[in-house]
Amino acid sequence: MSTRIFGRPESLATINFHYCPGCTHGIIHRLVAEAIDEFGVREKTVGIAPVGCAVLAYNYFNLDMQEASHGRAPAVATGIKRVMPDSVVFAYQGDGDLASIGTAEIVHAAGRGEKITVIFVNNAIYGMTGGQMAPTTLIGQETTTTPGGRDPAKSGFPIPISEMLGKLPGAAYISRVSVSSPTHVARAKAAIKKAFQTQIEGRGFSMVEVLSTCPTNWGMTPRQAIEWLEKNMIPAFPLGELRNWEKEQGQEKAQGSQVEVKH
Amino acid sequence: MGTSTAVRRVVFDEERCKGCELCINACPKGIIHLAKHTNSRGFHPATVEDQEKCTSCTFCARMCPDTVIEVYRDK
Ligand SMILES: Cc1ncc(C[n+]2csc(CCOP(=O)(O)OP(=O)(O)O)c2C)c(N)n1
Ligand code: SF4
Ligand code: SF4
Ligand code: SF4
Repeated sequence: MSTRIFGRPESLATINFHYCPGCTHGIIHRLVAEAIDEFGVREKTVGIAPVGCAVLAYNYFNLDMQEASHGRAPAVATGIKRVMPDSVVFAYQGDGDLASIGTAEIVHAAGRGEKITVIFVNNAIYGMTGGQMAPTTLIGQETTTTPGGRDPAKSGFPIPISEMLGKLPGAAYISRVSVSSPTHVARAKAAIKKAFQTQIEGRGFSMVEVLSTCPTNWGMTPRQAIEWLEKNMIPAFPLGELRNWEKEQGQEKAQGSQVEVKH
Repeated sequence: MGTSTAVRRVVFDEERCKGCELCINACPKGIIHLAKHTNSRGFHPATVEDQEKCTSCTFCARMCPDTVIEVYRDK
């Protein structure tokens, strides 16, 4: 006899994804679904789908889903969470969606300390529209709108969203992870679970930035794209936690703080 | 299927596979390869013949973006 030790999580739909071969959006979907299954909150979770390649995410999760217009997922998530405070609400957003057209929404959702979880998929490019520069495009990275490579003198510098949001008092958990190897996938899963735990315990705003590949618009095979991510994206966007309420409470205790901090 | 009792530790849902090779990249045993045949969408699906060399480590399944792979452990 043999036992099944790995398979599809219940919160992931059985329909085939339309993503390009080797696009790591699919891995990230699965990790979110696994986390929801493991907390046993499938029946009370609502996901918000973005505009971008993940626009059809509402078909890919076996959950209640709501589509938002471009960049507005954190605002839609805010509304749903405030009307149904016992629900678990996550926004799934690309870097074009979150870091350019949706900059206001994400900053203010974090600033207000909304008790939502954001899964921020950073693939350093606009995937759906054909590979234009994103705010997260690396210096020197070739895109259709930065031929010859992104030149900061003309196109500015990449925006480190997680570091920025990490400065806001409303942010309770912010982490940057990668899905470029089985080890990274395991760490990404742990971070996504921590983010959902942060929401379920009502600690404040949580976001996990996941470095992801876009083999098609990077002009690479899926395996080359994984290598490119590790060699170029990880140095530009260092992995790790930018905020963690649990560790901050620990530090406050260790410093003998007199003030009881309630999150 | 049938009456075969041979171990099958990794099972690939060939119709879902897009032949991206991320599982091949991840397998520490180097036992995954793309089949010569294609599935109905024209992709060469990933497959394992050397099932007895598989350690059920799940690395391939964790890297698969299309949830093609199920992993079993002998009991
Ligand atoms: C209001 C509005 N402006 C622009 C667009 C065009 N558009 C569609 S997707 C997209 C960016 C997608 O990039 P990203 O969010 O990084 O997601 P990816 O496709 O890379 O996963 C843009 C600009 C739109 N659909 N709606
Ligand atoms: S265009 Fe890029 S981000 Fe979009 S599905 Fe294809 S590989 Fe993924
Ligand atoms: S479970 Fe591990 S050893 Fe078996 S095929 Fe997958 S990666 Fe290779
Ligand atoms: S990772 Fe998944 S989709 Fe890619 S070749 Fe392997 S089984 Fe097929």
